[in-house]
Amino acid sequence: MKTVTGYVTGINGNLVKVSFEGSVRKNEVGYIIVDGKRLKGEVIRINNGEASMQIYEMSNGIKVGDPAEFTGELMSVELGPGLLTQVFDGLQNPLPELAEQCGFFLERGVYLDPIPNRDWEFTPSAKVGDHVQPGDAVGSVPEGLFEHKIMVPFNLKGNDWTVKSINEKGSYNVRSTVCVLVNGKGEEKELSMVFTQPIKEAVKCYKERLQPDEALVTKIRCIDAFLPVAKGGTFCVPGPFGAGKTVLQHMQAKNSAADIVIVAACGERAGEVVEVLKEFPELVDPRTGRSLMERTIIICNTSSMPVAAREASCYTAVTMAEYYRQMGLDVLLLADSTSRWAQAMREMSGRLEEIPGEEAFPAYLESTIAAFYERAGKVRLNDGKLASITIGGTVSPAGGNFEEPVTQATLKVVGAFHGLSRERSDARKYPAIHPVDSWSKYSGVVDMARVEEARAVLVRSTEINQMMKVVGEEGTSAEDYITYQKGELLDSVYLQQNSFDPIDAACEPERQRREFDKLYDAMMTTYDLSDKREIRSFFNQLRQDFLDWHGTEFETPEFDEQEKKITDFFMAKAIS
Amino acid sequence: MQKVYTKIESIVGNVVTVKAEGVRNGDLAMVGDSYANVIKLDKDMVSLQVFAGAQGVSTTDPVRFLGRPMMVSFSEHLLGRIFDGAGVPRDNGPALTENMIPIGGPSFNPSKRILPKHMIRTGIPMIDMFNTLVESQKLPIFSISGEPYNQLLSRIALQAEVDVIVLGGMGLKYDDYLAFRDTLERGGAMSHTVMFIHTASDPTVECTLVPDMSLAVAEQFALEGKKVLVLLTDMTNFADAQKEMAITMEQVPSNRGYPGDLYSCLASRYEKAVDIEGAGSITILGVTTMPGDDVTHPVPDNTGYITEGQYYLKSGRIEPFGSLSRLKQNVNGETRDDHRALMDGMIRLYSQYKESLEKKSMGFLMTEWDEKLLKYGQLFENKLMDLSVNISLEDSLDLGWEILAECFEPNETGLKSSLIKDRWPNKSAIN
Repeated sequence: MKTVTGYVTGINGNLVKVSFEGSVRKNEVGYIIVDGKRLKGEVIRINNGEASMQIYEMSNGIKVGDPAEFTGELMSVELGPGLLTQVFDGLQNPLPELAEQCGFFLERGVYLDPIPNRDWEFTPSAKVGDHVQPGDAVGSVPEGLFEHKIMVPFNLKGNDWTVKSINEKGSYNVRSTVCVLVNGKGEEKELSMVFTQPIKEAVKCYKERLQPDEALVTKIRCIDAFLPVAKGGTFCVPGPFGAGKTVLQHMQAKNSAADIVIVAACGERAGEVVEVLKEFPELVDPRTGRSLMERTIIICNTSSMPVAAREASCYTAVTMAEYYRQMGLDVLLLADSTSRWAQAMREMSGRLEEIPGEEAFPAYLESTIAAFYERAGKVRLNDGKLASITIGGTVSPAGGNFEEPVTQATLKVVGAFHGLSRERSDARKYPAIHPVDSWSKYSGVVDMARVEEARAVLVRSTEINQMMKVVGEEGTSAEDYITYQKGELLDSVYLQQNSFDPIDAACEPERQRREFDKLYDAMMTTYDLSDKREIRSFFNQLRQDFLDWHGTEFETPEFDEQEKKITDFFMAKAIS
Repeated sequence: MQKVYTKIESIVGNVVTVKAEGVRNGDLAMVGDSYANVIKLDKDMVSLQVFAGAQGVSTTDPVRFLGRPMMVSFSEHLLGRIFDGAGVPRDNGPALTENMIPIGGPSFNPSKRILPKHMIRTGIPMIDMFNTLVESQKLPIFSISGEPYNQLLSRIALQAEVDVIVLGGMGLKYDDYLAFRDTLERGGAMSHTVMFIHTASDPTVECTLVPDMSLAVAEQFALEGKKVLVLLTDMTNFADAQKEMAITMEQVPSNRGYPGDLYSCLASRYEKAVDIEGAGSITILGVTTMPGDDVTHPVPDNTGYITEGQYYLKSGRIEPFGSLSRLKQNVNGETRDDHRALMDGMIRLYSQYKESLEKKSMGFLMTEWDEKLLKYGQLFENKLMDLSVNISLEDSLDLGWEILAECFEPNETGLKSSLIKDRWPNKSAIN
């Protein structure tokens, strides 16, 4: 096929107009050639015979008349073994390798191979003559902890492909042909271990989508019990700056019971990515005993990197998530922050002079956000295995006000809302998820009926607290005062969690059930207490005992002892 | 050969349009005697933003394209010099033209960053002791207009233990500029300082260049192994200049008239703060004035999402609540064993003092404990919070203990007994 070429006719910011001969697709990738450097861009509009391209790099130095080339391919990522443990930018450029080549600073126009060029031990699973569909495995290679399936490309057209030949077990280069397919018309397709996949198309190589009904354990009490996240579900974490969004996401990345975690740092501080980069290789995943990095991919397009690539970075991340889901794995995708992603869309929309919607966000903001979150889901694959993608996105609302377009558009499509509150973070109550305003549509690891009862006490306790601000402690009845203290107890010993304490930082579901049941009993008991001072000191002691309990190792005699101590303490004051 | 174009097609705001060929996006040009840069190309129509403003530009003024982007000279000779936003000397010294470097260069590769781990001593207890400034940190000083933020910056410039100071002034009052110059000269810090100053009466476009100029120079010093501190005042003026230009360019405004890319604009500057392995570092302290003391105003709001904490300047003091250095825990564990505990303990007591103060103002009866707290709060504010205090971290920690000993019994402080045994000034009080 002849390459379509053109030349630059206009530049405005990172939007470049190109006049061309031949056929150009919308959203195809093209390059502008400046001083021998090829700057990547995407065609986002074609108007009056001119293509408007958004350039993923800085656009300085481009001049009218510079040559352009079109590839005919949509914006894609390369998928194959070796993605895990890597750090990519939004266009799947491996950053450490880039640093080796270009030094401290990111150089534009340098695109490196994202898949490491090495040999893998290939084991075939398909036989000659087998019928295969896109997404079916023809073999596998061992990638770290996982059996990495070598699959038929997801966007292969037609459904009459059969295996013509397949390599025997052995070591092959990642880009050498391992299998040849043939279709009814006699066309042949050579498969290596790597294929490309457009990032803006959802992969649908599965039998059916299922209801997300199994909790994704995060070991964060407040989430697992009160605001659960399901495997294949979606959740969002809006919060003002300094409320701890990123710390919360890092805790989830560390402790979640997912097979693969993809962290998309999208338009946020580079320093935070460095923390993940330096910390994760040192941490051990308790489920596997291996380094946490072995299940992690980091997509990092920080705030000072080109804006257009920021928009692509979320799609790059979700496409990789879909690739690993296709192998029957549970993938957790954490995007920090989707507001920056939406802002990237807004900047582009402004350059295109589109009619702006609310706060100048484009009118298609909601549908784009919805389409992104809808790529999450629990599915039954063609081979019958269950797999899932869970997507969690942080939102950084302007001024911490949730009534803004990105938060509202996100709330419409997610299954759980973990709203962070400035009051709680100022009071150093972490995680600063607001327990009353937040919600989840999924079911968690403890008995949901009891959770609802406990939540009702909390809501009532908040009301009483408001009332007490007006009438003072004196004007509150002992009964109300006890309810207030019960709510405070729930908040301080269950919802709050110390992420720096080695034991308290990660709370196993089994332990959560034990602790919640005990707390539930303590909350539902009626106490023989009438004096406010007595009530206060009773609950202070109870709180201290619970906090000490959090400090003991699970399934040890100390743990059971402390539990008994708590029971004895509150039962002594109970009215039977 | 430089071609001169003499037919300007349109002049709108500070933007002039001329028909020209072979011009690159971002290139520098001369319109009459003023610098201008290319901001938009459409076929042969070239839009130029005139730095000195387009007032008085005639349609027949000559336009010459220099064939290079905006650059700034970099050498040791910069030290002790003062320039304006376009890089023209303000101090009667010679113009520098050697070793020109482009401004607004590419971003630092995140995978080459290292965890920040060195503190910068400033001699200001509210910073060193309570919210330590860390090398490669980016921190804004949130302030209302009228607060002594420029005095604070000059104090930091005089006292901070760094190799090079780059001061970027945006929309400064002329007397503030003179005050900076005089203070630094008198304090002997001018010899390792470079200033890029845009005063309130200078053309708006130059205001937007100041951070880029300052940071490009800082980056080169850092690559040479220098510890650089960049002071930017006031970033709200920078954002307002961006707003003014965006509106003249007929861009769709997003929030209170600010352009949609305000976040990216601020982030690409603040993110230049970096600690380079095997070389120097850039630390950025910027002043962000909050119009109407409103932290949800787009400029402080977007800044808060970018920076690693913030200092609140209120009633002439760095407010201990609300101020936060996100990186302090990286360094304050290794300064002195009592640093963290004393910091937390003193702040806890100070917040109790605030409660007592409130009770007092409402006419409640003061208990003995309240009286102790009131005394403590007064001492704390006078001896540690006052901005004119200049003592080392170790001395401020000792001073902290003295204040505690003057007001409280050891067991009232809530500090660990072992620490009290080591550090309590009056040993006889410990039983």
